[in-house]
Amino acid sequence: MTATAVRGIGMPVKRKEDPRFIRGKGTYVDDIKLPGMLFMDIVRSPHAHARIKRIDVSKALAMPGVIDVITGEELAKANLAWMPTLMGDRQMVLPTDRVVYYAQEVAAVIATDRYTAADAVLAVEVEYEPLPPVLNPFEALKPDAPLVRPDREQKSNHIWHWEAGDKEKTDRAFQEAEVVVAQDLYIPRIHVASIETCGCVANYDPATDKLTIWMTSQAPHAHRTVFSLVTGIPEHKIRIISPDIGGGFGGKVPVYPGYVIATYATLKHKKPIKWIEDRSENLQADSFARDYHIHAELAATRDGKIRGLRVHVVADHGAFDAAANPSRFPAGLFSVCTGSYDMEAAHIQVDGVYTTKPPGGVAYRCSFRVTEAVHTIERMVDLLAHELGMDPAEIRFKNFIQPHQFPYKSPTGWEYDSGNYPAALQKALDMIGYQELRREQAERRARGELMGIGISTFTEIVGAGPSHTFDILGIKMFDSAEIRVHPTGAVIVRIGVQTQGQGHETTFAQIVAEELGIPVEYITVEHGDTDTAPYGLGTYASRSTPTAGAATAVAARKIREKARLIAAHLLEVSPDDLEWKDYAFRVKGAPDRYKTMQEIAFAAYTNFPFGLEPGLEAECYYDPPNLTFPFGAYVCVVDIDRGTGQVKIREFLAVDDCGTIINPMIVEGQIHGGLTMGMAPALFEEIVYDENGTMLTGTFMDYLLPTAVETPHWKTAKTVTPSPHHPLGAKGVGESPTIGAPPAIVNAVVDALSHLGVRHIDIPITPAKVYRILQEKGVAE
Amino acid sequence: METLPIQVTVNGRTYTAEVEPRLLLVHFLRDVLNLTGTHIGCDTTSCGACTVLWNGRPVKSCTVFAVQVDGGEILTVEGLERDGQLHPVQEGFWEEHGLQCGFCTPGMMMTAVALLNENPDPTEEEIRKAISGNLCRCTGYVNIVKAIQYAARKMREGATVHVGGA
Ligand code: FES
Ligand code: FES
Repeated sequence: MTATAVRGIGMPVKRKEDPRFIRGKGTYVDDIKLPGMLFMDIVRSPHAHARIKRIDVSKALAMPGVIDVITGEELAKANLAWMPTLMGDRQMVLPTDRVVYYAQEVAAVIATDRYTAADAVLAVEVEYEPLPPVLNPFEALKPDAPLVRPDREQKSNHIWHWEAGDKEKTDRAFQEAEVVVAQDLYIPRIHVASIETCGCVANYDPATDKLTIWMTSQAPHAHRTVFSLVTGIPEHKIRIISPDIGGGFGGKVPVYPGYVIATYATLKHKKPIKWIEDRSENLQADSFARDYHIHAELAATRDGKIRGLRVHVVADHGAFDAAANPSRFPAGLFSVCTGSYDMEAAHIQVDGVYTTKPPGGVAYRCSFRVTEAVHTIERMVDLLAHELGMDPAEIRFKNFIQPHQFPYKSPTGWEYDSGNYPAALQKALDMIGYQELRREQAERRARGELMGIGISTFTEIVGAGPSHTFDILGIKMFDSAEIRVHPTGAVIVRIGVQTQGQGHETTFAQIVAEELGIPVEYITVEHGDTDTAPYGLGTYASRSTPTAGAATAVAARKIREKARLIAAHLLEVSPDDLEWKDYAFRVKGAPDRYKTMQEIAFAAYTNFPFGLEPGLEAECYYDPPNLTFPFGAYVCVVDIDRGTGQVKIREFLAVDDCGTIINPMIVEGQIHGGLTMGMAPALFEEIVYDENGTMLTGTFMDYLLPTAVETPHWKTAKTVTPSPHHPLGAKGVGESPTIGAPPAIVNAVVDALSHLGVRHIDIPITPAKVYRILQEKGVAE
Repeated sequence: METLPIQVTVNGRTYTAEVEPRLLLVHFLRDVLNLTGTHIGCDTTSCGACTVLWNGRPVKSCTVFAVQVDGGEILTVEGLERDGQLHPVQEGFWEEHGLQCGFCTPGMMMTAVALLNENPDPTEEEIRKAISGNLCRCTGYVNIVKAIQYAARKMREGATVHVGGA
């Protein structure tokens, strides 16, 4: 068997999932239709903070086609008015007495069709007594601030305080430092806005006493466990199916009230219930990302050697702490904010705060606050370069963790697995022609034109995670794979992670193809059905390849070990006389005597050695020994229009290193998409509230996703530094570009304006913001 | 609620139905005809996930009432493949990795079909402009542009005698 026949690791295999999608034959949740299905729609709060005085459902209930209106009072009787969040907080499913954010779920209508349900929503009368909103986390921390969560024992809006690093050592580094730069950075609230919104079809079948929920879920098993704990239904009586998912990016990790209400409704009415969000509901009420108010300081020597980093963050978590971080990391992996740079000390503090805004602090295509961390350090390094009059590339080379320092212990306690940062940056600078660009910039500047070059050399941290440190609600963050080789050598693989566009059906098949020497077209990958897939923690935080990818490789290797025994039996040699080479077991010294996996598979069911169990199957629950640390070097070139303040990305080069690449075509696609989702918050996207807490960016008319016109033609390149602890050397890539791109863009814009005295601009860098700066500096046209 | 009779040809097949005047074309296609390949991604006519061809022109079917297309011809993603042969645009999206989650894909492809019917040799800029009413959150558009270029080449070479349109 040749590599071209097997099409295993490293091959640009066309995606196995595409034939159904390009024919319009995918099955997304709204495509599911069951006999007798009813539709649910949700009444939402027009206030950010209010007491509910009265809910009158009589008019709605009287409408033809309306079956039921469910309120918090009713749910409370079933002990379902509140549910736990993945962060160990609790969240209202439906309120009994008060609402705490704009567009919060207030009641749910069940009707025979979606139009009637929508009509009935308007007929539900709710009387509110508005309370003062709490919108700014600094205000929220003041002693006289209105309490967002009077249900808690602690009578303040402070949720938690979290620290990492060594305070004393860091303070000392600052005392001794020759140079200190400090900056406030705000990373605004944004929304993943996958093109498919969230929804579910919940169906309780009394005949089998089984509850099946098709749900836009990035983590079906974890959700099944949560549902079982919340409802008291035994876990084997709950089946959660993630059908085709129209993009996730973290927004489909949390459990939303709609899922729980639909589940309650199907249990009550014994009919399937469909609930599908509108886009505006999705933007207004689903979990947001970011909303970090950061104060950062960097200490250095006068010749540009970084000594220490000190960061304090006030994190706005909205009304419920419904993020999905591992239990021990309420601020996610923010403490990776020392980045790619070697320094003596760092000290990080984060305070989580409640406000009357939608709950969350979940991802936006980023694993656990790494975007915020990278933005901080990459901006601070540029600020230091400006302060010292150094080139931003030079200061990075000077401070990089060097290749020989790996495994590298960071001052906040992470052990970086592998990296070669100087090589990646050098490659990026050479490819883009950095020196030439600097010359051009000087010329343009002399002519009054505004051109900037921005660099970001980020380190990502993914693959959560090792069981000694990582769990969600106590469930350790392993992942799993199960492989069955059928008698004819065809294979089914079931994995504990769930694709939302990443192409798992293809890449996981390639892993098995490579390990077993079976052509990729004979391998089917299944996932997302809790009745059939092994338990896993789901897909987010770029964890699929580092965790389930490893599990798949290990399971395949278990199969290979059994196959060795069968091959020895068939070839009548000792297992030790065999070697696995060119996708077959070959007799050492006589490579023409061999057995392929297909032959072995058949024998596993027809002619297995005496004493060996028949069949050829294996599973693996993989507990990763460490996280993986992908990295990259990005260079962005921008031109700024002095007449409009518009930033145009002229060129963007991304050099990524994600270790071993399983499918280069898919990796490149992930990078293109990730870069676009990095550019989006850098230049366009922001969730904005007015002074009453009403969201002003609640539709795609005001929340601006980049179109093909604003998006540049991304250029990509790679270096390959395998992870030493991952069975395949792979590290994960989905989120690197979303993390690496924003500071490259901001650094480029600030670079374009630096000669005017500009040192920092908060994202999103809108034309209006830039134009105001140009006016202030007297260079607007 | 009062209903009106309509007759509409979808993917070459003629249907008659009684529909509420407010029924959106996208719901008619998805819920009445079970053609669920056409998706819904927004409520402000912004995303283009619902794009279909109405008498050969691309429209956002979330912003057309089913009664408006009475007597007309609609082409949806399900009608692109003919006699087991993928449309060059479908082929291009597969070949060039022009899709990830696949949710925007049907609408994106319908817009591409309309573009190529009108302009068989578009520049990259023309392609980007043509698809600017279709949002994709996954791909970053680079490969979508390549997919449409692939289809354009293929259609110009006449490898398939297939012009789209119902
Ligand atoms: S559904 Fe978004 S434009 Fe029609
Ligand atoms: S492929 Fe997911 S939105 Fe375009």
